[in-house]
Amino acid sequence: MTDTVLIETRNLTKSFGGLQVLKGVDIQVHQGEAIAVIGPSGGGKSTFLRCLNLLETPDSGDVIFEGQKINQKGTDVDKYRQKMGMVFQHFNVFPHMTVQQNITLAPVLLKKQTKAEADAKALYLLERIGLLDKKDEYPRKLSGGQKQRLAIVRALAMEPDVMLFDEPTSALDPEMVGEVLSVIRALVEAGMTTVIVTHEMGFAREVSDRILFMADGVIVEQAAPADLLDHPQQPRTQEFLSKVL
Amino acid sequence: MTFTTVFQNIIKLLAKYWDVFLVKGVSVTLALSAITVVFGAVLGALLALMRRSHLGVIRFLVTAFVEFIRGTPMLLQLYVGYFIVPLLFPALEIGTFASISVALVINSGAYVSEIIRSGIQAVDIGQTEAARSLGLTKGMTMRKVVLPQAVKNILPALGNEFVTIIKETSLASTFFVGDLMTSYLIVKGATYLAFESLIIVGAIYFVLTFSLSKLVGAFERRLKQSD
Ligand SMILES: Nc1ncnc2c1ncn2[C@@H]1O[C@H](COP(=O)(O)OP(=O)(O)O)[C@@H](O)[C@H]1O
Ligand SMILES: [Mg+2]
Repeated sequence: MTDTVLIETRNLTKSFGGLQVLKGVDIQVHQGEAIAVIGPSGGGKSTFLRCLNLLETPDSGDVIFEGQKINQKGTDVDKYRQKMGMVFQHFNVFPHMTVQQNITLAPVLLKKQTKAEADAKALYLLERIGLLDKKDEYPRKLSGGQKQRLAIVRALAMEPDVMLFDEPTSALDPEMVGEVLSVIRALVEAGMTTVIVTHEMGFAREVSDRILFMADGVIVEQAAPADLLDHPQQPRTQEFLSKVL
Repeated sequence: MTFTTVFQNIIKLLAKYWDVFLVKGVSVTLALSAITVVFGAVLGALLALMRRSHLGVIRFLVTAFVEFIRGTPMLLQLYVGYFIVPLLFPALEIGTFASISVALVINSGAYVSEIIRSGIQAVDIGQTEAARSLGLTKGMTMRKVVLPQAVKNILPALGNEFVTIIKETSLASTFFVGDLMTSYLIVKGATYLAFESLIIVGAIYFVLTFSLSKLVGAFERRLKQSD
């Protein structure tokens, strides 16, 4: 981890209809840092994550990415999204494309790589996650764990500066959780800046540099994994952890 | 009127007027339907596109237009087309067939735009989010991710629209455009055998729509398989 701040939010708020989901969220994500976000369902974790790459538009506050405020009129959001990979709970792989095409679509379309470069890169990535033999299959032939690993390398193919994970293992059968977590672990170990919303407390403890506890639209508490999980300071955190640990 | 006489009359009518039914009537009905479905699809695509415009005025106008077309009887629209289209373009000396075609196309366009819209909406929003999260623009996402999946919903519905149109073009016989239903009017006028003519025309309509439905169904199954 370095001292460079990669993503910063300042007083981020977001409402859906009358419901205020984010009530002023301030965070800093440093380059190379791995942050885990935990908290009760409905607490705004997904909304917060989706505000970072502007899949949700914040009502007020700033999202600052690599020194640029990106949530304002006139910003080319697509350009910034290219540098922020996102992995969803439900994989969202493209069913009408082969495994390899899933990976090469964005880099080629956005002219980040030539077709040949993108293909070579896709094969390299597939090799690393053990799906090389599936390169010409369509996603319907893959298991949930394989689909999620595909979704991860699809995002990696764009060579992003940060990876955002929204409960990447929540939709998986238990026996497939491990294979996905180990891909994420390898990424973190390789120095990728990572924000991961997760219910896997053991994983959060093991791989993250810092854990944010989020509830009712605010970051209630944040600390190093051992501190937060073993010595939570806030009653809200204690209550939550007593239920899940 | 016994069953035997009806049967004999049908044979007689077919022998004498088979070309009126099968050649003229069927070809005009199919031509009218094909024109309607092809241009209706183009118009429908255009309308669907305009309904996604970032200009609220355009969205409102198109939506209002589509709702209006869907909320008024086709026969009324055909009358409007019959009277208005020639008035709008007097220099072109537009005939009845063309005027009626225009009305049919507009009607079909409204329905097709709904087909396209719901076909697009049926694609999981997660697909769009994944594409946008990779940095794809709205347009790229539509072309490369959403539409290729929406087509699987849209094409079978368009096929069914074709079947519906074949039946609906019968309304155009009100204006004697020469379609299958007009054949009925002609033959009935010449022979006074209304019931027998109806049976023949009904059978032909059924064969057309039934075989087409089956074709659409088979096509739909193949699309599903390649999913
Ligand atoms: N697009 C949306 N429209 C309306 N309400 C939403 C939307 N997205 C999330 N919410 C609501 O916002 C609250 C927080 O949701 P979310 O950010 O998904 O929480 P978490 O990920 O922590 O479970 C929930 O009550 C949810 O129902
Ligand atoms: Mg969530």
